Amino acid sequence: MDFSYTVYILLIPLALFLILGLGSKKIKPAISGWLGSLGLGIAFILSYYTAFQYFTNGKVNEVYQTFVYKYTWINFTDQLHIDMGVLIDPISVMMLVVVSTISFMVHLYSRGYMKGDDGYTRFFAFLGLFSFSMFGLVLATNIFQMYIFWELVGVSSFLLIGYYYTKPSAVSAAKKAFIVTRFADLGFLLGILLLSYFTGTFDFQILNDPEGAIITQGVAQSFMGLSVITWALMLIFIGGAGKSAMFPLHIWLPDAMEGPTPVSALIHAATMVVAGVYLVARMFPLFYFTDDGFALQLVAYVGGFSSLFAAIIALTQYDIKRVLAFSTMSQIGYMMLALGVSKYEGHEGLGYMASMFHLFTHAMFKALLFLAAGSVIHAIHSNDMRDMGNLKKYMPITHVVFLIAALSISGFPGFAGFFSKDEILAAAFENNMLLYIIGVFVAGLTAFYMFRLYFNIFWGKQTKYDHAPHESPASMTIPMIFLAFMSTFAGYIHFSEYITADRMPFEAHFNVTLAIVASTVGLIGIILAYIFYKKPTNLADKMVAAFGSFYQWTYRKFYIDEIYLFVTKKIIFARMAAPMAWFDKNVVDASMIGIGNSTVKTSEKIKGIQSGKFQDYAMAFIGGAVVIAIIVFYIWTK
Amino acid sequence: MDWNSLLLMRYELGLLALILLLVIFEIFSGKKQKGSLINFSILLFAIFTAIGFIPLEEGSIFGGMFRTNDMLHFFKGTLNVGVLILLLQSADWLKDKVVDQNKSTEFIVLLFSSLLGMYFMISAGDFLMFYIGLELATLPVAALVAYETLKRDSAEAGVKYILSSALASGTAIFGISLLYATTGTIYFDAFADVISISNLSILGLVFFISGLGFKISLVPFHFWTADVYEGAPIPVASYLSVISKGAAVIILLIIMFTVMRPLMPVWNKIFYMVIIATMAIGNLFALRQKNMKRFLAFSSIAQAGFILLGFMSVDTLGVTTIIYFVAIYIFSNLGAFGVVQSISNATGRESMDDYKGLYRTNPKLSLIMMLALFSLAGIPPLAGFFGKFFLYAAAASKGYYFLVFIGVVMATISLYYYLLVVKKMFLAKNDETSIPYFESRPLMKIGLIIASIGILVVGLYSPLYDYIYNISSSFLNL
Repeated sequence: MDFSYTVYILLIPLALFLILGLGSKKIKPAISGWLGSLGLGIAFILSYYTAFQYFTNGKVNEVYQTFVYKYTWINFTDQLHIDMGVLIDPISVMMLVVVSTISFMVHLYSRGYMKGDDGYTRFFAFLGLFSFSMFGLVLATNIFQMYIFWELVGVSSFLLIGYYYTKPSAVSAAKKAFIVTRFADLGFLLGILLLSYFTGTFDFQILNDPEGAIITQGVAQSFMGLSVITWALMLIFIGGAGKSAMFPLHIWLPDAMEGPTPVSALIHAATMVVAGVYLVARMFPLFYFTDDGFALQLVAYVGGFSSLFAAIIALTQYDIKRVLAFSTMSQIGYMMLALGVSKYEGHEGLGYMASMFHLFTHAMFKALLFLAAGSVIHAIHSNDMRDMGNLKKYMPITHVVFLIAALSISGFPGFAGFFSKDEILAAAFENNMLLYIIGVFVAGLTAFYMFRLYFNIFWGKQTKYDHAPHESPASMTIPMIFLAFMSTFAGYIHFSEYITADRMPFEAHFNVTLAIVASTVGLIGIILAYIFYKKPTNLADKMVAAFGSFYQWTYRKFYIDEIYLFVTKKIIFARMAAPMAWFDKNVVDASMIGIGNSTVKTSEKIKGIQSGKFQDYAMAFIGGAVVIAIIVFYIWTK
Repeated sequence: MDWNSLLLMRYELGLLALILLLVIFEIFSGKKQKGSLINFSILLFAIFTAIGFIPLEEGSIFGGMFRTNDMLHFFKGTLNVGVLILLLQSADWLKDKVVDQNKSTEFIVLLFSSLLGMYFMISAGDFLMFYIGLELATLPVAALVAYETLKRDSAEAGVKYILSSALASGTAIFGISLLYATTGTIYFDAFADVISISNLSILGLVFFISGLGFKISLVPFHFWTADVYEGAPIPVASYLSVISKGAAVIILLIIMFTVMRPLMPVWNKIFYMVIIATMAIGNLFALRQKNMKRFLAFSSIAQAGFILLGFMSVDTLGVTTIIYFVAIYIFSNLGAFGVVQSISNATGRESMDDYKGLYRTNPKLSLIMMLALFSLAGIPPLAGFFGKFFLYAAAASKGYYFLVFIGVVMATISLYYYLLVVKKMFLAKNDETSIPYFESRPLMKIGLIIASIGILVVGLYSPLYDYIYNISSSFLNL
């Protein structure tokens, strides 16, 4: 098999960026939209073709092979060299499909959404740059190449988030996203240095070979009882956690919602934010076999905690894009959790498969949710769910696709999210009870906040609109319909036949009990949301008001339900979510800002040293030399 | 004496001839021909630069006072390219802005004289030649700093520079004399054989390094920088912070890695302290600059701290990474300074706030600026990223993890201020106060294009790295 043509998937978006970026003044907006969509359409077809070819012919002895096309770029030292190329294996092929699908749909959608926008061509140029970087990240043959594209993804998302440069909040959000993830990448870079120094290679294939010397023998050096490789992996994971918005490096994600909504769908739902998950999956054998998977444990717990933390915060948000942002963080936590509890061989590698499965389905339904939210925002020019209501009448298509996506993410039986989430919970159940319980609880919360969103937007009170909202144009609805199709049926793909930790297909058993538990919890969440928000009742508020006359309520008909209501509204909303949000804002955010401020302050303070008098400078010069001499003498004589 | 051996001094003699030629032309040309004289001298220098890349034999003359080899050859060629870009970028300024037209060739003559001094420092085979080169490289620059004599700032900066450099030279020669006292020789080859670590040699070394540290503006020998950059004309600030500093780093490399190699344990400790201080102070100052010229000048102090990371690894890897980074540094900084110069020529504005919305009015300039700044900030896949990564790797290979960690943190902080400018250019909206569209002059365009190509080629064209790696390994056996 020859897959060298996949390099064109990489080059087409780059060409688009160059053409649209350099000719931004000369190319007509309509043409740039079509050109971008056409280019990505070709990449889309090529990706699906690759997937078809690979998964039908890529096996030798029931094991999926790795195809690498590369050339040596820089001979760094005699042993260490940096390559550039493409690597085709099950997960990179799957990511090709995900990235090309979402990117293509977002291109199509943006033609409608960004219409009439100042700098339309520039927008498509940046989209091209982003797609190029993301494809490059996915296809990287070695960790160094991945880092290069990793940073390029950061740059292009900086440009896209800050696209509405007239909004100061957008500009500062862009900067925040870039700098926070850069700080995380600092860990990544140090990790790469450490790893390459001790193993003498950047190459994924050599690093991840389960029979190779690096995994079987490890390296001699250790630090605080852990192998240097484990330290390197943990540092690398910091980079992954930054891009994937894991606690406590998630603070940039909600702010990044200031960018145009198609950008959120592309970057913050389906592609860039899952880069961290992809990174861990890419290096999974190394993570799993080094120090008995110590670093992997870290991944699991960070994932589990983030998923719970984000789900609770999502309950209280009113900005619909922020709800989706926290939801994304929560779902990515799920994927990390699944990777973290996974083992390597055969059916034991269920978590790995489940994580990739969920990555795939989540990309589809979350991108759809963002696009549908964008359609709503486009129609009523507000992000606040309190300004919405009863939109099902005005926007039937958006309504239906949003419902499908919401059912899918809530794990409603039959939809894509149901299958992938079920596999994650099964993997957690087999390996880690605590994480399983967290997972089930998060599933319930997810269903609740998603349907809170759904009912608030499409049902609920009859809001008076200045002008009647109308359904979005076909350029926007068609991509949504396609994604709705995927969100429904993607779950029926047998992932365990294609993507497994050890590359060998296995038979995934469908655990009925676990499925029932999860679906029930999800259903409860949906029903609660229904009671709270379906009709314009003030049930939720009444619950709060009724806190004093609690006994009277206990005799009422919906005894059980109201206990639930009480628990959610009073305990979770007030006792849990508010402190968490406070903690998020005042501790996590504040400490990051604090570091920045103190740097600026120090720089103000040292201003005085620079007096402008030559005498002072001469003094410092000679004084400095003498001090250095004294210190060196001191060290030397000791 | 074999006259052919004078060919080894091809660079020096050629440049000297160029200088004399210009002085003669200057005398015999009328006032109207001054503009074309500038173009002519740039053309001559371009030819000279091209000739410089023809391979040359290795060898030494004057009893070992002057020596040359592939590595030194490469250094001189790189400096020439840098100076050529600088000349192209300052040609318009010389023609239009310099009030007294009679002085324009003077600028070029002084610049070349300083370059000649650097050649001699690079090729020096003993401390005497080295010191003469040092003075020759420094004194003309003092005149250049005070070039706009009618401006108070410029005159003041000139005085400060000459005083500071006198102090630095004095310190350096004091250090040299102490070193001479311990070894009894000023010849580099003999010196390296007999030098050993003693109290006297440590003291000599510290003073010697302070003298060179002045030129690289290492902390705490950097105080002159702020005032001098402030007052000096942009081309001179650019020369000081790019060419002069790059050359000084290379000279430090030659001396430390060959002559002072036996003292390596001592100067490693000195550099350890100086690196941290330089990166930190450079970053902190750059953070609050609002004027583009000063901003670039301070960021270049921080960059010098990074370059020194390579000195922690005294082997082929260290040498390669330093040279590689210096080449990147020269191109990236000249790209950025060129844009500043171009805008200043056209509009007379240098403030960072003036750059808002530059992408919309002058997309090409802003793209070059972004390329240069991202390269300086070390964002892949631009040249600067590889340069920095290799420097980290070099320091890490000798176990200086803490230093690498500080370096990575500092690089991330520096990203903040580089990004400030990019943000202004690309994400801020232009208004009436923004810089309007203008067309750069042809020479300026060529200068900017060469710099941009340099950034891309050095980063993406790997045979260059291989070439440097090869000459480095032979260099260390010197």
